[in-house]
Amino acid sequence: MTQSSAATTAGTKNTKCLDKAGRPLVAVTGIGVVTSLGVGKSDNWRKLTGGISGVRRISRFPTEALKTTIAGTVDDVYQDYMAPAELSERIALLAGEEAIAQSGIGSKGRFPGPLCLAPPPLELEWPSRFKIAEMAAANGETGYPDLLRVARDFGQKFGAFRFGIIGERLAEHFGTEGSPISLNTACASGATAIQLGLEAIRRGECEAVLAIGADGSVTPEALVRFSLLSALSTQNEPPQQASKPFSKNRDGFVMAEGAGALVLESLSHARARGARVLGIIEGCGEKSDSFHRTRSSPDGKPIIACMRKALADAGVGPDAVDYINAHGTSTPENDKMEHFGVAAVFGERAARIPISSNKSMIGHTLTAAGAVEAAFTLLTLEHQRIPPTINYNVPDPAIALDVVPNAARDARVHRAISNSFGFGGQNVCVVMTREPA
Amino acid sequence: MSERREVWITGVGLITCLGEGLDATRDFFARGAPPPYDDRSFAPYIVHALPPLNFDKQIPKKGDQRQMEMWQRIGVYAAGLALGDAALAGKPDLLDHTDMIVAAIGGERDIPVDTAILAGVRAAEKPGAFLNERLMNDLRPTLFLAQLPNLLAGNISLVHGVVGSSRTFLGEESAGVDAVRVAQARVAAGQSEVTLVGGASHGARWDHLLDFELGGALLKGKFAPVWDRGPEGGIAYGSLGAFLVLESADHARGRGARPRARLNAVASDRNKRQPGDIEMTLGRLWQAIAAQVDGGHAAVISGATGLEPATSAERHALKQFGLPVRASGTYIGHGIEAQFSANLAIATIVLEHGKLFAPLGSGDGGKNPEPLDRIVVTGVGAWRGEGLALVERIH
Repeated sequence: MTQSSAATTAGTKNTKCLDKAGRPLVAVTGIGVVTSLGVGKSDNWRKLTGGISGVRRISRFPTEALKTTIAGTVDDVYQDYMAPAELSERIALLAGEEAIAQSGIGSKGRFPGPLCLAPPPLELEWPSRFKIAEMAAANGETGYPDLLRVARDFGQKFGAFRFGIIGERLAEHFGTEGSPISLNTACASGATAIQLGLEAIRRGECEAVLAIGADGSVTPEALVRFSLLSALSTQNEPPQQASKPFSKNRDGFVMAEGAGALVLESLSHARARGARVLGIIEGCGEKSDSFHRTRSSPDGKPIIACMRKALADAGVGPDAVDYINAHGTSTPENDKMEHFGVAAVFGERAARIPISSNKSMIGHTLTAAGAVEAAFTLLTLEHQRIPPTINYNVPDPAIALDVVPNAARDARVHRAISNSFGFGGQNVCVVMTREPA
Repeated sequence: MSERREVWITGVGLITCLGEGLDATRDFFARGAPPPYDDRSFAPYIVHALPPLNFDKQIPKKGDQRQMEMWQRIGVYAAGLALGDAALAGKPDLLDHTDMIVAAIGGERDIPVDTAILAGVRAAEKPGAFLNERLMNDLRPTLFLAQLPNLLAGNISLVHGVVGSSRTFLGEESAGVDAVRVAQARVAAGQSEVTLVGGASHGARWDHLLDFELGGALLKGKFAPVWDRGPEGGIAYGSLGAFLVLESADHARGRGARPRARLNAVASDRNKRQPGDIEMTLGRLWQAIAAQVDGGHAAVISGATGLEPATSAERHALKQFGLPVRASGTYIGHGIEAQFSANLAIATIVLEHGKLFAPLGSGDGGKNPEPLDRIVVTGVGAWRGEGLALVERIH
């Protein structure tokens, strides 16, 4: 292990670089974001606090016969026929480059720590399957054995068996150290990437981690899958108003693309090299749910436990939280359960503490969401301004929360949490603060 | 860095083509029987299929079984065996803080639906609209849940009640190595007391075979040991499930659990896979554990995939280390994400009985050390990623 010489040179400051439990404090020194609102955090922040939606009609493939024809696609980056693997890699790279540039860490092509990446699950896409079938030119029905017969000649090196491809290519591009970790905890993936990085730095394995969540997988089949689970909003007109978290008329989430990248660094390392500290990842909590594959436990226990564990990990109580960056998907179920959980954890303060959903504007960026929304939460801390929950026109009387309706708000925000709850019962909460004095 | 704690393997669950559980695996090896493989069902490809399993034993609700595809059932089954072996099964107070890291694939297809779409699209006036319509009408809603990689972990939470935490790693063999590495490191550092780690694979399916054949990775025609599959080599896809319970020694002692072995170290890295890279990386990883290997009587259980050039490069690297070598893939096939955990499971069996299995193929060799007390497990990915683990017998 390389205990940094920085820790020693920081001298008297060194004691302040540990948390209450004596573990290294973990700073964020670089942030990168790509969403349907644009490429880069300045564009994103301006639109996010301006209450602008990035949700639009899908233009990259025909939407006939689909119930949902809208999504928060990253059209600024997408080029014709990009497969999800390519688009996800591209936006991960753009977000990562922005974060590293801001951080000023390492040197070009040499990041001094590992990569923790939350990519979408990859698969053979229909355009490729059609091409292989064409090559097979079978008489009559084209079965899988026919596809296999010509697969080797299809020329897709390493085939489709390459969930690790994006991580591998990013590790090469950024020059990160060690084996890149690619992970999936469904809609909590981006938060898990941050958590794995936090834990690695606390263990003393490394001084820095590049944590990225990226998802560019709006395809017909992906849309159909969520549609068949009745998870998506079908209010296609106008697209910008479909995502309406915490509203009474909410009817599902809007699928979206995006990437969020954070440079995580031990505070001692960041201070020793004179880096600007954008915030502190103070703690993470996770709790899995054993109730149902797509639904939260009706007693809310896992959601409650995940927030409480995060606060306990950070060593603070619920009173110390000034803002909640909601998972807020705009599905009837999620928003109800999130309200339930927040009410249990924050008690009578629950109705007064500002809570807003970035998804009202950018949709649900799936495996990227936890990272994108942590990035926005850090910008909230930096700018002392809370992005709104837009499309909040019909309040749900059962949800008594201050959702920062429709317009951004200036506020004193010293500490915030960001929630991520996934299909499959994987829940993660991240606690972030401003730099300690 | 805080002081590192001792990490024990207190539970093992393994199902492969050799049978179910540790005893069946040990007995198979003791018989010295040839590897069981199937070169007919998916000819010309060769797979190592599982014997019939009674899933009811580990997944009592038929409704749960219906919600899973085969790779998930295999994984949930093996996870149940590991939890049972560790005496954690059915103990909610312990399972409540049992963490979990699963290395997973996913993406199983509805083959009849795909086949019908491929047939119909040729005559379709508007192929895009045709695809949308067929998918909307023909896909089973629950198939999605069987395709999602994190739903193996999700199903383990549902069926077995493991709810401390749940993480799923993606990315072929490396995912399997890093799942164990991170699980071991978390327990060693006090970030977890007990963690279930492992994975599952199911190769006896045309769709998964297609994914691998797209990379030209499958073994075709005649079966051979992993070391002897010709200039391009090939993978004989194995269906298998393998889970380990890793636990801090103190936590295990506190609940009266016995260790099967100690997991001393796990290390991983990557490189560009230029000629010589694998040898260099394995050499560096080896250096990190060499001091602990030297003091004992050690052997290597290799996870060589059979694909070239990685298999030959590993063989070359292993020669430098001078220990007896056995490749398990010849016997159980290649289970991708699950292979590393499977080999750790096999390592515990071998250590408990002091006997290596019979050498097979030109890269296997060396005499059984007496008394055998350490096993180095390798995990060199077919196209990326290298890993090593050191498992030690507890006297």
